[in-house]
Amino acid sequence: MSAIELSHVSKTYRRYGARRFATLKSALLGRSLLRELRPDQTFLALNDVSFRVAKGSAFGVIGRNGSGKSTALKLVAGITKPTSGSVRVDGRVSALIELGAGFHPEISGRENVFINGIMLGLSKRDIEKRFDEIVDFAEVREFIDAPVKTYSSGMYMRLGFAVAVNVNPDVLLVDEVLAVGDEAFTHKCLDRFRDFRRRGKTVLLVSHSLGLVERLCDEAVWLDAGEKHAEGDSKRVVDAYLTAVDQSEERSLAAASANAVRSSPAPAGNMFDATEGRWGSGDVEIVQVALLSRNNEPSFVFHSGDPMAIRLTVRATQPTTDFVFGIGLFNADGICCFGTNTELEQMQPDRLDGEAGVTFAIESLDLVEGTYKLDVAVHKRDGAPYDYHRLLYTFRVTSRSQDVGIFRPRHHWAFSSNVRFR
Amino acid sequence: MFSNLGSLLRYRGLIQSLVARELKARYRGSVLGFVWSFVNPLLLLSIYSFVFTTVMRNNDDPQTRPFAVFLFCGLLPWTWFSASLTEATSSLISGGNLIKKVLFPAEVLPIVSVLANMVHFLLGLLVLAAFMVAFRHFPDAASLPWFPVVVAVQLVFTLGLSFALSALTVHFRDVRDLLTNALTLWFFATPIIYPYFMPSVSRFLVLFRLNPFYHLAVSYQEILFFGQFGHVRSLLLLAALSVVVFLSGYWLFDRMRDSFAEAV
Repeated sequence: MSAIELSHVSKTYRRYGARRFATLKSALLGRSLLRELRPDQTFLALNDVSFRVAKGSAFGVIGRNGSGKSTALKLVAGITKPTSGSVRVDGRVSALIELGAGFHPEISGRENVFINGIMLGLSKRDIEKRFDEIVDFAEVREFIDAPVKTYSSGMYMRLGFAVAVNVNPDVLLVDEVLAVGDEAFTHKCLDRFRDFRRRGKTVLLVSHSLGLVERLCDEAVWLDAGEKHAEGDSKRVVDAYLTAVDQSEERSLAAASANAVRSSPAPAGNMFDATEGRWGSGDVEIVQVALLSRNNEPSFVFHSGDPMAIRLTVRATQPTTDFVFGIGLFNADGICCFGTNTELEQMQPDRLDGEAGVTFAIESLDLVEGTYKLDVAVHKRDGAPYDYHRLLYTFRVTSRSQDVGIFRPRHHWAFSSNVRFR
Repeated sequence: MFSNLGSLLRYRGLIQSLVARELKARYRGSVLGFVWSFVNPLLLLSIYSFVFTTVMRNNDDPQTRPFAVFLFCGLLPWTWFSASLTEATSSLISGGNLIKKVLFPAEVLPIVSVLANMVHFLLGLLVLAAFMVAFRHFPDAASLPWFPVVVAVQLVFTLGLSFALSALTVHFRDVRDLLTNALTLWFFATPIIYPYFMPSVSRFLVLFRLNPFYHLAVSYQEILFFGQFGHVRSLLLLAALSVVVFLSGYWLFDRMRDSFAEAV
């Protein structure tokens, strides 16, 4: 038994261009308004999307900005109608699209709770019965008789949320509203959702917080540019989505990196002031830099803990016995995470001739999520550079956890038996 | 359409509380508060009375004395009518948040505008009654039962127009500006500041009779001021027309409903 069912739903919006308005005739004739427009005057927000949500389950909708998530939610809420296809929803729907959307700033919180509740389909008596619960949940008891325009945005939002969840809907639609509350309130909301599920209600969650979707939802759908890309178990869908995000990031980093080397600027007046660039005598030249992933594929996105190899291709114009290879890793704040060279690691140079390969292999890239930049250099033992590439190469480290800092050591937790987690 | 119309009854609790909110919110933060509902018509009336009895004395008709009471009988319903239309026209746009973010019956918004102004109208009647006592000019008790009928006709007529105008404004914002000017013209084309039996009115009577508000104004004035209600037939005709206006206004609204969430 499904609580929500979308079958072959498409939604076309009017694109507002030079001629802003529909004609009076088309407005009066109503429904055919969109069909008279040429394709370049319309925008397809959802294209033949179908999915169903089982009763009593939590379902996530993920995707990039503009992928049609919110449109899908509005269709389920009944706020807009599909251009073609059908949307079926079983039971009373409450939509948390914008919290406190119906509040009037001039009147008190108490009166707003009543009016908002009535708007969402409660009777006056229902609200009276739940009034205390709503106020306590929102934590605004002291201010309940003050006009809501004097509320902080957090109070405003909590009150909106408290009313909406107390409508006791069969289907709850949530659009990214948890992103605005503080930690404690977010936890309260999550508890509410779980409580909902236990009572056999359905939750549809639109979110950019993939961790939340993974934790809270049984199933998920991934929309991209109005089309359904994947559907099913939420962990699998989130994984597929993350992989795709990595790939597109990789493409843009690759393009940036290719650009950086090609446009390498002239040596800076003082190389120590240079923020990025390339300089040196050129007697030994770094002709190529590649970052390699586990299976020796060039890559720009690595998962925290994965191996990474930095492979340099160098060319010496004449044989030399005085050379040092070095690398440095910097995070986005410009903090050096790690730096070393062959001299520091007690390697005595003997001979370098012609084209050669140098590989710096990292067994486990134990960094937290973020963007990192790379220095690579070859220079004389006294420091005079042959070829210095400063911060020309960028890569990204992704991680499933939101931990902070720079270094992410391999770790685990251990507890005695009287500490328990759910 | 008719099923939607029927569901309006279900929303009466919502309409009721929104009207109450509208009235409460309007004077929140002002010193006089609700007293403004009485002071507003009083001030309006003093301005008009001053202009027409002191500045422009020349067309002083003995039948319209006391002029303040005569003026009030036409001005009160007109204020209700024009304020309702002005507010209803922008109601969907100013309530855009509700239409876009909450599943909300859009027709409630223009209805609330009309009803909130009706409450002001009814409060204004108290001021009118006070004036009647002060000037010792009382309506004819025999025609008074017709008064609620006139109010009902005006209500239905105003609602119909409000539906149509509010729906059209969503797509054509020009309606708002057109309406402001049309209302000014309409006001002067209706016997409110002058009596309907003025010679220049009689000359163009056919044209005047085409104006729906002419019949409302004449009915109000006959019932409340002249004390002889002879306009019954026209009023009943207007009642029939109002039902037609109401239904077509609602039809248009219903027709365009789906586009509101996108175009607001």
